[in-house]
Amino acid sequence: MKRVRFWGTRGSLPVALTAAGVRRKVVAALQGASGRNFGSEAETERYVDSLPFPAAGTYGGHTSCVEIETGGPDFLLCDLGSGARPFGLSAMSRRVGGAPQTFHIFMSHLHWDHIMGLPFFVPAFIPGNRVVIYGSHRELEFALRRQQDKPSFPVDFSIFGAAMEFVHLDPGVPRQVAGVTVATMLQRHTGDSYGYRFESQGRTVVYSTDSEHPLAQAEHTDRFVEFFRGADLVIFDAMYSLADSISVKADWGHSSNVVGVELCQMAGARHLCLFHHEPVFDDEAIEGVLAETRRLEEITRGDAPLYVSAAYDGLEIEL
Amino acid sequence: MQIATRQLADTALLTVEGRVDHRSAGELEQALSTVLTPPDVAQGTVVLDFSGVEYISSVGLRVLMVAAKQLRGRNAGFAVAGLQPVVAEIFAISRFDRVLAVHPDVAAALDQGSEAARAAWQAGVPPAAT
Repeated sequence: MKRVRFWGTRGSLPVALTAAGVRRKVVAALQGASGRNFGSEAETERYVDSLPFPAAGTYGGHTSCVEIETGGPDFLLCDLGSGARPFGLSAMSRRVGGAPQTFHIFMSHLHWDHIMGLPFFVPAFIPGNRVVIYGSHRELEFALRRQQDKPSFPVDFSIFGAAMEFVHLDPGVPRQVAGVTVATMLQRHTGDSYGYRFESQGRTVVYSTDSEHPLAQAEHTDRFVEFFRGADLVIFDAMYSLADSISVKADWGHSSNVVGVELCQMAGARHLCLFHHEPVFDDEAIEGVLAETRRLEEITRGDAPLYVSAAYDGLEIEL
Repeated sequence: MQIATRQLADTALLTVEGRVDHRSAGELEQALSTVLTPPDVAQGTVVLDFSGVEYISSVGLRVLMVAAKQLRGRNAGFAVAGLQPVVAEIFAISRFDRVLAVHPDVAAALDQGSEAARAAWQAGVPPAAT
């Protein structure tokens, strides 16, 4: 595995930066540039790059969709949230000479925000392509077909020209896919969700979203620590604050930045990436959560540091 | 972790020292259960003196949340006092500072309770149990 590329990072519902939000960023950037002279485009770009991320960028609004670049010809993807649409277009642009493409897609679960991108996934319309969808839910194929049934969507599932295949995964039974060893684990979420551990060429990536952690159950914690053990990257559902996740939002099926830091520290993971952002959070709020999480890691650090990042649409992490 | 309990009139004061983490949170849960379970029900307030606590994990924070919920159901108070800077940061990052009553010290926490509890505190009632 070479890198991870995020196409959708928002939880529950896609969001878009508003005109007012863009205006605030432009005003702040212009105020910061007051008195400066930009002699070239490169100078201007250097100034923009010096701005805090929320001032010059945005965390973005597509729902869950993460690409793991294996280094081989096949594509490996986690979830089919709305981020699957831009991913699909990117994959099309990477086609070499119109050759057929194969996509291996691992589904955490079948809630709407994790499947809504499939009807807009252009490679699925291309004859000769192969789309293999893996998951541990018995209703996997049913859920993906049903969302395109009338009256919910105008185009039936049968429109897809690619070979559409469904593969059931038994949790705890590793499988080789496109040169990667894939293990799955049951997670706590309404209707169940599954985490994935991908291992290849000495690199390990864990994708663990839509997962609530019952803190009173030590065996649950131990199971996750083992699943995260030594990972180079853990993509982690940090949708809520710890206080919310165990009070007003208990049993909503999500986790917090605090639990993410603790599990990764216990597991000796190297990089925690906060994921599945709360849709009501603006860029400044997510940036604030990231800064606090980095501070928490700093004041609770053991032997080795844990790097903390916050996923945004377009982020690439080298492995 | 060390825990000492005093009854100050209608208020139970638990003085906690050390780390409240995945290993030791059960001890705090047990100590709170003792003061929350009849016939030793605190009719007034439970105050935790955290001035000797160096660290608290999510599991420890959950214990506080459970106790606070129980007491809220009885119309009784729950407060944490004297957070060390690191613990205060953990409270802020986890947003526990927004859902629990946090006071700079025990005296400030007792100021929110009964006159009798404050008088007992000023009289220096010794710890009743450890």
